[in-house]
Amino acid sequence: MIAYILRRALYALPILLGVNVITFVLFFMVNTPDDMARMNLGVKHVTQEAIDKWKAERGYDKPLLYNAARQGARKLTDTIFFDKSVGMFAFDFGRADDGRDIAREIRHRMGPSLAIALPVFAVGLAVNITFALVMVFFRASYLDFVGVVLCVAMMSISGLFYIIAGQYLVSKLWHLVPISGFADGLDAFKFLVLPVAIGVVSGIGAGARWYRTLFLEEMSRDYVRTARAKGLSEAAVLFRHVLQNALIPILTGAVVVIPLLFMGSLITESFFGIPGLGSYTIDAINAQDFAVVRAMVFLGSFLYIVGLVLTDISYTLVDPRIRLE
Amino acid sequence: MIQPVILWTDALIFLLLAATVAFFLYARRQPHLRDPLRRVARSRVGMASMVVLAAYVAIGLLDSLHFRPALPGKPGAGVQYAVETLSVLDWLAAPLREQVEKTYSAPLATHAYAKEVVELPGGGEARDFPRLKYGGAQLADPAADKWPDITTRAFKAEAMALAGWFLAAVGLCAWLAQRGGEGLSAAWRDVWRGKTPIPWRTGLLTWGALLLLAFPAVALSTHYHILGTDKVGQDVFFQTLKSVRTGLVIGTLTTLVMLPFAVLLGIMAGYFRGWVDDVIQYLYTTLNSIPGVLLIAAAVLMMQVWMESNPDLFDTVAARADARLFFLCAILGVTSWTGLCRLLRGETLKLRELDYIQAAQAFGVSHGRIILRHILPNLMHIVLITVVMDFSGLVLAEAVLSYVGVGVDPTMQSWGNMINSARLEMAREPMVWWTLAAAFLFMFVLVLFANLFADTVRDAFDPRARR
Amino acid sequence: MISASLSFRFLLLGALPFLLSACDGTAWNNPYPAAEAGKNILYTAFTGRPKHLDPAQSYTEDEAAFTAQVYQPPLQYHYLKRPYALIPFAATEVPRPRYFDAAGHALSPAADPAAVAYSVYDIHIRPGIRYQPHPAFALDAGGKPRYLDLSPAALAQIDTLADFKETGTRELTAADYVYQIKRLAHPHLHSPIFGLMSQYIVGLKDYAATLEQADKAKSGSWLDLRAYPLEGARAVDRYTYQVKVKGKYPQFQYWLAMPFFAPIPWEADRFYSQPGLAEKNISLDWYPVGTGPYMLSENDPNRRMVLTRNPNYGGETYPTEGEPGDRAAGLLADAGKPLPFIDKVVFTLEKETIPYWNKFLQGYYDASGISSDNFDQAVQISGGEARLTEDMEKQGIQLRTSVATSDMYMGFNMLDPTVGGYTDKARKLRQAISIAVDFEEFISIFANGRGIAAQGPIPPGIFGYRGGRDGVNPYVYDWVDGKPARKSIAYAKQLLAEAGYPGGRDAATGKPLLVYLDTTASGLGSKSRVDWLQKQFQKIDVQLVVRATDWNRFQDKIRKGNAQLFFFGWNADYPDPENFLFLLYGPHSRTKGEGENAANYDNPEYDRLFERMKNMDNGPERQALIDQMVRILRRDAPWIFGYHPKDFVLAHAWTFNRKPNQMANNALKYQRIDPALRERMRAQWNRPVLWPLLLTLLALAAAVAPAWRAYRRHEKETAR
Repeated sequence: MIAYILRRALYALPILLGVNVITFVLFFMVNTPDDMARMNLGVKHVTQEAIDKWKAERGYDKPLLYNAARQGARKLTDTIFFDKSVGMFAFDFGRADDGRDIAREIRHRMGPSLAIALPVFAVGLAVNITFALVMVFFRASYLDFVGVVLCVAMMSISGLFYIIAGQYLVSKLWHLVPISGFADGLDAFKFLVLPVAIGVVSGIGAGARWYRTLFLEEMSRDYVRTARAKGLSEAAVLFRHVLQNALIPILTGAVVVIPLLFMGSLITESFFGIPGLGSYTIDAINAQDFAVVRAMVFLGSFLYIVGLVLTDISYTLVDPRIRLE
Repeated sequence: MIQPVILWTDALIFLLLAATVAFFLYARRQPHLRDPLRRVARSRVGMASMVVLAAYVAIGLLDSLHFRPALPGKPGAGVQYAVETLSVLDWLAAPLREQVEKTYSAPLATHAYAKEVVELPGGGEARDFPRLKYGGAQLADPAADKWPDITTRAFKAEAMALAGWFLAAVGLCAWLAQRGGEGLSAAWRDVWRGKTPIPWRTGLLTWGALLLLAFPAVALSTHYHILGTDKVGQDVFFQTLKSVRTGLVIGTLTTLVMLPFAVLLGIMAGYFRGWVDDVIQYLYTTLNSIPGVLLIAAAVLMMQVWMESNPDLFDTVAARADARLFFLCAILGVTSWTGLCRLLRGETLKLRELDYIQAAQAFGVSHGRIILRHILPNLMHIVLITVVMDFSGLVLAEAVLSYVGVGVDPTMQSWGNMINSARLEMAREPMVWWTLAAAFLFMFVLVLFANLFADTVRDAFDPRARR
Repeated sequence: MISASLSFRFLLLGALPFLLSACDGTAWNNPYPAAEAGKNILYTAFTGRPKHLDPAQSYTEDEAAFTAQVYQPPLQYHYLKRPYALIPFAATEVPRPRYFDAAGHALSPAADPAAVAYSVYDIHIRPGIRYQPHPAFALDAGGKPRYLDLSPAALAQIDTLADFKETGTRELTAADYVYQIKRLAHPHLHSPIFGLMSQYIVGLKDYAATLEQADKAKSGSWLDLRAYPLEGARAVDRYTYQVKVKGKYPQFQYWLAMPFFAPIPWEADRFYSQPGLAEKNISLDWYPVGTGPYMLSENDPNRRMVLTRNPNYGGETYPTEGEPGDRAAGLLADAGKPLPFIDKVVFTLEKETIPYWNKFLQGYYDASGISSDNFDQAVQISGGEARLTEDMEKQGIQLRTSVATSDMYMGFNMLDPTVGGYTDKARKLRQAISIAVDFEEFISIFANGRGIAAQGPIPPGIFGYRGGRDGVNPYVYDWVDGKPARKSIAYAKQLLAEAGYPGGRDAATGKPLLVYLDTTASGLGSKSRVDWLQKQFQKIDVQLVVRATDWNRFQDKIRKGNAQLFFFGWNADYPDPENFLFLLYGPHSRTKGEGENAANYDNPEYDRLFERMKNMDNGPERQALIDQMVRILRRDAPWIFGYHPKDFVLAHAWTFNRKPNQMANNALKYQRIDPALRERMRAQWNRPVLWPLLLTLLALAAAVAPAWRAYRRHEKETAR
């Protein structure tokens, strides 16, 4: 088991390296370090001297990928790329363009991101499965039909509309919760209710429909027929057998997503003023803060790979037939 | 006198159209594709959604025929063309495009939405809602005449719609009658009792509903702004129509761009296995592991720089916006091919173990031939399902990307840009809701029917999902 | 069974907090902790996190919102008087410069500016001013600094500044001001004004080189600037320091009112330079140390920033005189009372406009921020007069407007072969375009009326501005019925024809005239702006091509002189015409010297006049020169003069003493609020509307009931 996890981790290294190269190339073709310096030093009275100074201080005064002025291996290591990539693998993301430590910022912002993403995920999962079960239980009846139509309609609405409408109605017209903001501890509740509710509602359409197909597929299997033949009630078949067997795909589907919850939601967080990683990313994109975006890309890729490894492990845990080679 | 202009996306749209036609001609001869397609056509939901989607596609195609009108010139001098590129839709909807008010006005309004100082006829000034320049300008007394005028116009249009619909229905029945070798009335009866294998009744009813909505909209839009006007007084209805093309282009061209990658790499990985498989898997796992929005943002920014350094290639606003749209499709395609690639790889792995392919290999048939003759045709249904399923997601994604600031060009009409600007309008007092509502309505209908259509296609092709 | 009861439980869970919070009587949507109710706290917002709070580095207005409350430069602007007047802040009086020639002989103030080799400013500060409590000043029992030499073990205990338990204070001395002037040249700080100041403050340029070397040679982490004297700034005695400025530079006194010239105690610099603190974001950039009325007590730029009253601040009172009309407006009701009035100011991060605006309407923000851009949707303008909607008037919201000391203009690149140049034809082309682009309409559509169309580069409120008939730009406007009226499109077309483009076509080749506008149109509203602009150019049959790009590329283009037409804005650094007219001074041209002259305008006559005008004291002679310069500009038309934006301040009925002040950022200390009134109004405006909640519950029940019944029936059937 441990050997397997180690092997997977090693397999992740070239992927992370690839991610690093891709983003590096993309971003340095967009912004030369001169541009970054100019952006940072402000709009008025920027001189070339100040730009050079700024670059030197942040280690952007070296060649990008190849330093012809150095000897031997230093030709490759004394470059911006090498400098900036090595730290990343040690989760030392360096400083943002405004001089703040990125790793520290990420630690501070993970909490608020999780405070939204985790309830949306957990409540969403429960609600979606419940809806799907109801539809499957009443399959081929008007309830099922109405449910499916509702699902398709709900998934045809852009997520932006849910947020705009929710904020307008619940916060502005009905004064039920604050429009935006965040607080620590229990005070956070009033700020979180609406974004979580919107997150859950906007996910019902696609989610419930997906689980419905999953259950229906499971219903068509032989063991279900056997169970029915045994004289088990429909509810017993559904809840005892189908749900249990469908848990494997549900679980493994969920496990992939869990690590990525840390990244937060871009749109929700910026609409509701939640100081999480999602709004951090948006700000960084808008400000073209290369260091932060690269850190977020790396973190996202890392979490994705963690998710893949976790999925493999969870497969073995829930289904003893599968062995890790 | 006009000068036709073919934008990059126009060319691709027509290429896509040709490819679609070619695909259907090809599929007619392939039973494993023909039968499911027939099932799609025979489904009521499939028929209804095809009619609605066809209407959207028609708008989109009209908006894809571009030209530059000639400038009014002096006799003797050579003909010069305007910089502005127009489409056939622009030309057809010229009144909508040209009747520009000063600023906001509500749907069907005759007066502006905010009070202004108006000069009274007898001299002096007062604060009041000024009359619109075009909206309801034909009315002498808007307070009394507006609604009767609107109802009359609407009714006239409805009558025309009904007549038009009736003609279409009769035409269809006549065609059916001729094909089936029966009388017109018999065909009519079959259609109305729902006895035809293809649910023509559903199609006709949907068509009728569309006509009943479209005719009054068109009839009223020449004298009113039926969905209001925006900040600079442009007709929101017209903007929404213009956005249709953007949505369709994003939804379809993206998959067109991604298809060659996904198909080629997917088949290669599954067919050759070994190191080829390893490299391709590495490639898509790496790309897949980067958060999508970030990758798109980085790529869009890069593309802007490239366009900036090559300004000569894009001489007009339309060409620039169009190139950006095209690149956005390409970028979305490059970041989203991994899913299809993985599916195709898996399926190819299965296929290559089949006896007849093993046999072909044993006979020394070249790899290229095996792939073209035996593998590719058996993957077509997966490709088709993916293309159709991805469409609605891409249309929705455009709105979100525009919000993040990495969507289509800000000068391009799109639902994402409309929603984006509507967010500020919601804060106005009184609220300006119509831009948001219009974008919502048109986008919702398109995505809804695209989803329904995708369901039908998947059910038809995927034997497991059929009940 | 599971499904039904599960969803019921969710409903209950969802409703529970509402039921709970309904009991304690506060509004449900109050974003602030209940404990803060009724306190003397001002609530406002900031829209982006400030990058620098170090006074040597901070330059933007949103940073000044904080630094101006914390720091105490020697001078400040009078809160109420207009035109803007400087008054002492930490200083005892506004310093009068003494002039010397190259030989060091004193000159009279009336002497020829060219003869002045340097000016000396002697600044006396008030004794008895004390710093805010801060750990840098904390002393241990033996009277030694407590936290200036932290051990790694002690450092490990520290996460935020609040983890330093002890604080101390000390008296402000003149040396602290000198220390900060030296910091402008600090090798690690990149002060945005270093380049400019090194041209004026004697020895500052060489000082930077000295510090650079000293920095490399130093042993510890702190570079003690006290050890390196600077000729241009030195402390004379405990309460007096002297600044030596090259030549005659009357604008220098305006700089003395900015945080760049605030005092920094050496203890703070040493404290923050200890290794390991910067990693924890404990730096002068994050936690300022000042003598001003407020101190930054909480700094979470992702959420909120809190200023609390500096307990060591005193001695300042509310002004007793102002502009005519201020007394009637109630702005002098608090005259003579000690400042500040408010105990605590909470800034909440609010990046999105809609929440910001709605929270203001609900009473959770007391007033619009420093920049009221987000609020312009609220105000309706007609006939040049701003009004609130009836609902807002009913709420008691007050509206105050003032014309900003800013220019929003469209510049032509004078180096461009088509629109640039100084020939008669090129001028006519620019004049024709200036007439066609109807900025009155622009203001009413895009700025919601918040602005006045500009007749020249100098906005009202600045010396040199002329109103009325004399101030009209005769190349764009006629004077009709006592007000300016834009010249007709027919006239513009005629000008265009004279410029060689009859009917928008090049007379020689017959090709249509294309004008390229470069813009950073990625933000909101840009689409409609582009449409509008194209419409303006179409009026005279000119084709406008808009090239949108990102900020960096845009700057790059302007710098390289590749642009043709561009949108630009300028905010005054100080209220002097020099700060506007230098935007078109030839040697400042962007392509040549990376200056602020983005249009690359270069007119020798103008430049000559500018050099005479800039060092002159305000008076009729200066006015005459300015008139002459503006006349040249109007004829050459290097800018479409655009408009001067108007600033709005929207405030609730419970706020007092608000008056827009373009120059003074330290206005918080004058504000007063009535927390009891606020509490009442908030409760009245924010009654929760409960029926939708009940309706949702009912609807869910209605949806579940038939399912439940069907399920029971189903069960019974299978049981049988």
